[in-house]
Amino acid sequence: MDPARSLLPPLSRTLVLVGHGMVGQRFLEALAERGTTATHRVVVFAEEPRPAYDRVQLTSYFSGRTPDELSVTDTGFLAEHGIELHLADPVEHIDRKARTVTSRAGRTLTYDTLVLATGSAPFVPPVPGRDAPGCFVYRTVEDVLAIEAYARAGATTGAVVGGGLLGLEAAGALQGLGLGTHVVEFAPRLMPAQVDEGGGAALLRTLTGRGLTVHTGTGTQEILTDGADNTGGTGAVRGMRLSDGTELDVDLVVFSAGVRARDQLARECGLAVGERGGVVVDERCRTGDPRVYAIGECAQAADGRVYGLVAPGYEMAQTAAAAIAAHDATAASTTVFTGADTSTKLKLLGVDVASFGDAHGAAEGCLDVAYADSRSGTYKKLVVDADGTLLGGVLVGDTEAYGTLRALTGSVPPTPAEQLVLPAGAGAAPALGPEALPGDAVVCNCHNVTKDAVQACATLTEVKKCTKAGTGCGSCVRLIGQLLPESGDTGLCGCFPQTRQELYEIVRTLRIASYRELLDRHGREGARGGEGCETCKPAVASVIASLASAIGADGYVLDGEQAALQDTNDHFLANLQKNGSYSVVPRIPGGEITPDKLIVIGEVAREFGLYTKITGGQRIDLFGARVEQLPRIWARLVAAGFESGHAYGKALRTVKSCVGRTWCRYGVQDSVRMAIDLELRYRGLRAPHKLKSAVSGCARECAEARSKDFGVIATAGGWNLYVGGNGGAAPRHADLLAQDLDDAGLVRLVDRFLMFYIRTADRLERTSAWLERIDGGLDHVRDVVVHDSLGLCAELEALMADHVTHYRDEWAETLADPERLARFVSFVNAPEAPDPLVAFVPERGQIKPDLPLLTLRPPAPAPTPALEGATSR
Amino acid sequence: MTTATTTAPPPYASVQLRLDDSWLTVCACDRLTPGRGVAVLLPDGRRQAALFLDRDRRLYAIDNRDPFSGAAVLARGLVGSADGRPFVASPLLKQRFDLASGRCLDDDAAGVGVYEVRVLA
Ligand code: SRM
Ligand SMILES: Cc1cc2nc3c(=O)[nH]c(=O)nc-3n(C[C@H](O)[C@H](O)[C@H](O)COP(=O)(O)OP(=O)(O)OC[C@H]3O[C@@H](n4cnc5c(N)ncnc54)[C@H](O)[C@@H]3O)c2cc1C
Ligand code: SF4
Ligand code: FES
Repeated sequence: MDPARSLLPPLSRTLVLVGHGMVGQRFLEALAERGTTATHRVVVFAEEPRPAYDRVQLTSYFSGRTPDELSVTDTGFLAEHGIELHLADPVEHIDRKARTVTSRAGRTLTYDTLVLATGSAPFVPPVPGRDAPGCFVYRTVEDVLAIEAYARAGATTGAVVGGGLLGLEAAGALQGLGLGTHVVEFAPRLMPAQVDEGGGAALLRTLTGRGLTVHTGTGTQEILTDGADNTGGTGAVRGMRLSDGTELDVDLVVFSAGVRARDQLARECGLAVGERGGVVVDERCRTGDPRVYAIGECAQAADGRVYGLVAPGYEMAQTAAAAIAAHDATAASTTVFTGADTSTKLKLLGVDVASFGDAHGAAEGCLDVAYADSRSGTYKKLVVDADGTLLGGVLVGDTEAYGTLRALTGSVPPTPAEQLVLPAGAGAAPALGPEALPGDAVVCNCHNVTKDAVQACATLTEVKKCTKAGTGCGSCVRLIGQLLPESGDTGLCGCFPQTRQELYEIVRTLRIASYRELLDRHGREGARGGEGCETCKPAVASVIASLASAIGADGYVLDGEQAALQDTNDHFLANLQKNGSYSVVPRIPGGEITPDKLIVIGEVAREFGLYTKITGGQRIDLFGARVEQLPRIWARLVAAGFESGHAYGKALRTVKSCVGRTWCRYGVQDSVRMAIDLELRYRGLRAPHKLKSAVSGCARECAEARSKDFGVIATAGGWNLYVGGNGGAAPRHADLLAQDLDDAGLVRLVDRFLMFYIRTADRLERTSAWLERIDGGLDHVRDVVVHDSLGLCAELEALMADHVTHYRDEWAETLADPERLARFVSFVNAPEAPDPLVAFVPERGQIKPDLPLLTLRPPAPAPTPALEGATSR
Repeated sequence: MTTATTTAPPPYASVQLRLDDSWLTVCACDRLTPGRGVAVLLPDGRRQAALFLDRDRRLYAIDNRDPFSGAAVLARGLVGSADGRPFVASPLLKQRFDLASGRCLDDDAAGVGVYEVRVLA
């Protein structure tokens, strides 16, 4: 004890603190601040052999922080305030009547005030073998030292039981020790208490990518040991059996399956404990006995909860110290602890994770706004109520906005939640929300419609009808939605509350290759079990097709359930024309074609009597084919070496070319070769909308590359790549993305650009509209695909490589399969009978649809309808 | 107006359409893909029906001719459901028709006829 102190008269009252953990130490500091240490003799009993340290940072031991550096006890502090600390001497008994505590070493002390800060202990499930050498918990410095020593003594593989916050920390520690590491989590996702399904998926992806083997949805059944009774057996851990029967070869196990409040002392001395543990205390952290307080993880707070986090513990420490000081002054303390926000922000294995407020969306009628990019391990979800008030959220991978978001909780953020969850990326700060727009701001550029005009309507349908806004390129539809009363629903359609982008993530991360499964599991409540609709079916089909090989789906668009999702064009691999006939467009890569092939096209057109036209896309369209003729037409074309031109698909159309250096006196690069290369590379690629490209041999730009989704213009030094161009209804010149690329560099960049677009665009959003819509625009896209700011590029390239490897010509495949061919019939009961309405009349030496035939009154009225509900067998 | 439907037809059973006072045998059930339609040519060689199977394996038949374009294409549209009732969206201009009643969901003035369907085991 402080020698100066011993000169003072003996202190009249004694305060005993049981437990010197993080909260205990904070409590001592609060006591000192309030002067209570000057009026009381303060005695602390600690079970651990070292003064309080930063348990939260325990894992940093493995990155080189020594136990001393972890200490949170300032060496001078205890002495300065005359606090007596007995290390490694836990209290074993409390006698409330006599007001004494007795420690293991036999110290008995009479207290005036007793404070319990005994924390909690790891819960070890009662599985056989749990006490074997090689089994550990993860709570104290001593635990960590023991794990390290055991690992260094020859362990090679470890398993952590529990995929919660602490379990993942422990897993990180094992990895840091060079052990192969498994995590076994009973819940269906990692960190079930903090993050939701989407966050868990993002986390899983990242952690798996970092070499962790994760087993979710399964429990630990038994720790297998190297039988001690057998000769030579050590009894040590040699494996683990999971409840799904899996056996893991592991030699070290860490239990991290939750914690239990250490309320044993309190129970034994008759203090009330909560149903699920924890010493019951009131708002001032006082137990039923006015002389006894409990704080930190061992206490069940006035709101009935036991907080497993340090921040609420600190608040309780302050509260108890204030109550004790006030008690001395015989005035009630105004500091109360009625519960805390369980917001957390952590870094687990290098992954940032944060959750705050109503993170699981428990409030009635609340909505989720989520951004998921689990390849980069980013998942952000905000929970908002119908008015847009931020209620809470989960952030995985990028927690930068945590502070702001937490501050905004309970209010309507100035920026819409949709924008708040978008990746920070470089580029413009999030734009102000639509509510900040003036009434005369033009919301729909296509139709020059103002915010006021939009807000005069009640629904999107009404807006479209009355103002035409949103009926052009559609890029304003989302904003319009936000301006309308029922704003907040960004769902794809009446069946799915998610955007196309969110569905893409769901399909990719959960590997869902079935539309039905997606609808029944992720669709809107009322749409589950239904038929879906004409909007989401093709959109989902396209997503599944884009991801086919990555999710183990069949890339052939006509098979199985996929068949029913396709628009008629994709279904029949041809374009439906106004009279019910189809057009046929063989691929002519780069617009280059041999005379022999030209002749075949001519012969086919002549044989089947098709109208022939050179298209605006440098190829030849054959019109007027009946559905039952398509296989025969294509059999001829395929035999001559043609492939599908995907004129029917939301896919790559053409890569136009100019004649280029080979012939043209101005050309500086071989634009035809490059156009062919690009067209062959990206043929068949399914996208949110069609994709077009062109390659010009010099800046004269005869191929009109700048009106394309990705346009390439030759330079003396290589190629310039332009993106986001569009012809059509809302023309847009493409923007320069990168200059003077070599061949490989160009292809690599186009790979990334296209895959990033496919991943993040809305349904039917051309690259031009997408580029204008996304936060940060071109700069952001450049950062992502050129500078790899999201660390996505390798994955984008891999996806494209997958596409290239798995490309198959749809028509060749269809022809090879009688089952697939079976659908190409005019009538199910008369397969070859021509549709009488598909008739032609001559024009300019070719044919055209007999249009008057279509406008004739329909033939005889339909038969009498049956009786309501009649069923017959 | 509701057309008759049957649930869970056995795969090789025949599907029949009611024509005035006779039944036309169209095809075996397994020729139908849930969520898609097929066209049926009626005996007069002019009229056509569009026959659909939904995911619950209920059958519906409506007139195949799209009243908006005049083309016989409804069998090639996508099947969906709205408020629990199945519809087909015309592949040409996307107007939706209730499969049970033939009513056009996007234009009260339009609609198509419906046929009674049954399965002959
Ligand atoms: C055949 C062709 C016209 C021609 O005779 O030249 C054509 C025909 C159609 N175009 Fe086109 N477009 C054709 C070149 C173009 C071009 C020019 C080009 O590609 O260089 C454009 C402007 C460039 C562009 O897309 O940015 C063009 C802009 C459109 C648009 C508007 C797209 C937009 O973003 O605004 C549509 C509507 C759509 O896709 O939603 C469209 C849609 C169509 C559809 C698919 C409409 C439909 O749904 O039935 C037409 C189908 C014809 C068929 O059945 O084969 N077509 N269309 C050209 C086929 C090119 C090819 O070989 O594949
Ligand atoms: C690895 C790890 C990482 C964590 N990360 C975070 C995080 O990121 N954020 C966060 O908020 N929280 C985190 N926590 C939880 C946080 O550490 C606890 O909430 C906090 O330590 C609780 O403080 P406490 O003082 O109540 O309990 P403890 O820190 O557990 O202290 C209780 C002390 O009392 C001692 N004791 C028990 N019984 C007796 C007795 N009879 N006599 C004497 N002494 C006794 C114990 O030995 C212990 O030293 C983490 C915990 C761990 C283990
Ligand atoms: S773009 Fe240049 S190289 Fe190509 S055809 Fe025109 S002038 Fe010649
Ligand atoms: S439809 Fe409104 S901006 Fe294009």
